[in-house]
Amino acid sequence: MFAKSLGLSLMLSELKVMFTRRRTWAMLFAIALIPILLATAVYLSADRLAPGEGPPFLDRVTQNGLFTGFTAMLLAMPLFLPLTISVVAGDTIAGEAGLGTLRYLLIAPVGRARLLVVKYLGTIAFTLAGTFTLMIAGAIIGAIYFPVGPITLLSGDVIQIPEALWRMALVALYTTVSMMGMLALGLFISTLTTIPVGAMTGVLIASGVSQILDNLPQLSWLHEWLFTHYWLDFADILRQPMELSSFGSNLLLQLGYIAFFGALAYGRFTSKDILS
Amino acid sequence: MDSSSNLAIETAGLVKQFGSQRAVAGISLSVPRGSVFGFLGPNGSGKTTTIRMLLGLADVTEGEITLLGNSIPKDLDTALPKVGALVEGPAFYPYMSGRNNLFRMDAADRNSDAKTRASRVDAALDRVGLTNAASKKVHAYSLGMKQRLGLANALLKPRELLVLDEPTNGLDPQGTREVRNLIRSLASEGITIFLSSHLLSEIEQLCTHVAVMSAGSIVAQGSLAELRSHGQSRLIAKVDDVDKSVELLQAQGFAKIKISGDQLTTPADAELDVAGINQLLVKNKIGVSEIRLEHPSLEEYFVDLTGEGFEVVR
Ligand SMILES: Nc1ncnc2c1ncn2[C@@H]1O[C@H](COP(=O)(O)OP(=O)(O)OP(=O)(O)O)[C@@H](O)[C@H]1O
Ligand SMILES: [Mg+2]
Repeated sequence: MFAKSLGLSLMLSELKVMFTRRRTWAMLFAIALIPILLATAVYLSADRLAPGEGPPFLDRVTQNGLFTGFTAMLLAMPLFLPLTISVVAGDTIAGEAGLGTLRYLLIAPVGRARLLVVKYLGTIAFTLAGTFTLMIAGAIIGAIYFPVGPITLLSGDVIQIPEALWRMALVALYTTVSMMGMLALGLFISTLTTIPVGAMTGVLIASGVSQILDNLPQLSWLHEWLFTHYWLDFADILRQPMELSSFGSNLLLQLGYIAFFGALAYGRFTSKDILS
Repeated sequence: MDSSSNLAIETAGLVKQFGSQRAVAGISLSVPRGSVFGFLGPNGSGKTTTIRMLLGLADVTEGEITLLGNSIPKDLDTALPKVGALVEGPAFYPYMSGRNNLFRMDAADRNSDAKTRASRVDAALDRVGLTNAASKKVHAYSLGMKQRLGLANALLKPRELLVLDEPTNGLDPQGTREVRNLIRSLASEGITIFLSSHLLSEIEQLCTHVAVMSAGSIVAQGSLAELRSHGQSRLIAKVDDVDKSVELLQAQGFAKIKISGDQLTTPADAELDVAGINQLLVKNKIGVSEIRLEHPSLEEYFVDLTGEGFEVVR
């Protein structure tokens, strides 16, 4: 049923288009570089780092390589991850329009709503690939440079390596969910233009503005409505027991953004003249 | 059955407004099934805009479209699988091979059968002569190869109608000839072809029917023979005694005789008995070095209809 109505074959084709593109691999490679650079820098200057200095967890990386992924994610969340993701989200419709392939997809006929859904799922797939790439690269490079063993959590509890790996996967999932609102915003902006770079810039600016607003105490009433508000709260996954209340609020918030911008994207795209 | 079922495309009072400009200003097209229909018009006359509306890419400002018996845009999804199209040049993912591009476009069509995809893609590539370049990335294609790939995309499935917007744009003479042959062979299979072009020669060589667009309106429409009959044929004669010839011709009812040197030109009936006129002149001792009936070229008619200037009208 799903295969017929949504078009599994279109979804696969979308992933194929995305992952045959060199740009996609270049961005994943750049994402993988974050933990690699981080671990290398820490490794080369390990003795000069006092506990608590630098970003959270940074001092722990030397004691346990498994922290590399978490620390790298904290560094990547505000700017670098949104940057790569906005490239993909801004490209969804605007990229096809810019190439001119959009008109051929539509007369295939792909169905406009169907195309939107598949494009959106494609950006989620890229985000998953990105967050997992970061965590996996972090685990590998951490294991190369530093000792690896049971992890002492923020709460003081100790978890074993398999449990730690499982929590790394959870961090990747959590951050992916955190990005879903921004992805929906990107999809909408992408229906407004035929220039992918324009859409990408729009998404990036929105994420910057949202993070700035989130840091203004005067606007505290607004904070929990900002799509970036829970971006760094994946640290709660490193507590024992896992603190998942922020995850619930985050999920609801992201779903709200998906509904809102999804509806806008649908309204705009299904009534739009395709003149590119 | 009503007469409209014999039409592959029918529009009534079709209008497309861009801001204050009427890019298409109320056109009524009748494209018979099985015809090769030339959609002729200078740059900016509204050909591509019309095609975008036919295919549901752009909204109709006013008017009605019936495409293969389906009302557009309401029944677009029923009509489109039967239509192959090339709109304003081919467009592909440059970083994918020609074959993979076709796979992508075929997967986009929810009605297409994944099991036959590979064989249909190969058949389409073969049909346009791209088999050898199929695994090359499209960014390495020449313009002509892209144009062919665009045609292959239009041929991924058996179609009832092909809408081709300037299909020979950018092709060398050899490529142009091949594309024309391809169009002829598709037409001979009974596929209706709607071909837009600003090249009269192309339309003359390929089409059975023509509509001439100018600044958003259709200024002439009909079978090629009908349009040809619109212009005025002319009798042209070179004689040694101009004055006497003029007298004789006027006596035969010819008017508006133009004289330049020893040459006479006069509007004449397309079926005129030229040999008879020749005999008449010769009988009157007039030396005739040349006499012929010139039929109006479609080109003159086209220029008459659309204005001669090279400037884009708007
Ligand atoms: N997106 C648009 N916005 C505003 N005006 C447009 C748009 N697209 C086309 N036009 C105008 O509509 C008119 C018709 O354009 P169209 O592309 O249909 O011409 P055409 O007959 O296909 O020309 P050509 O032979 O150059 O392809 C032109 O005057 C053009 O300026
Ligand atoms: Mg055009």
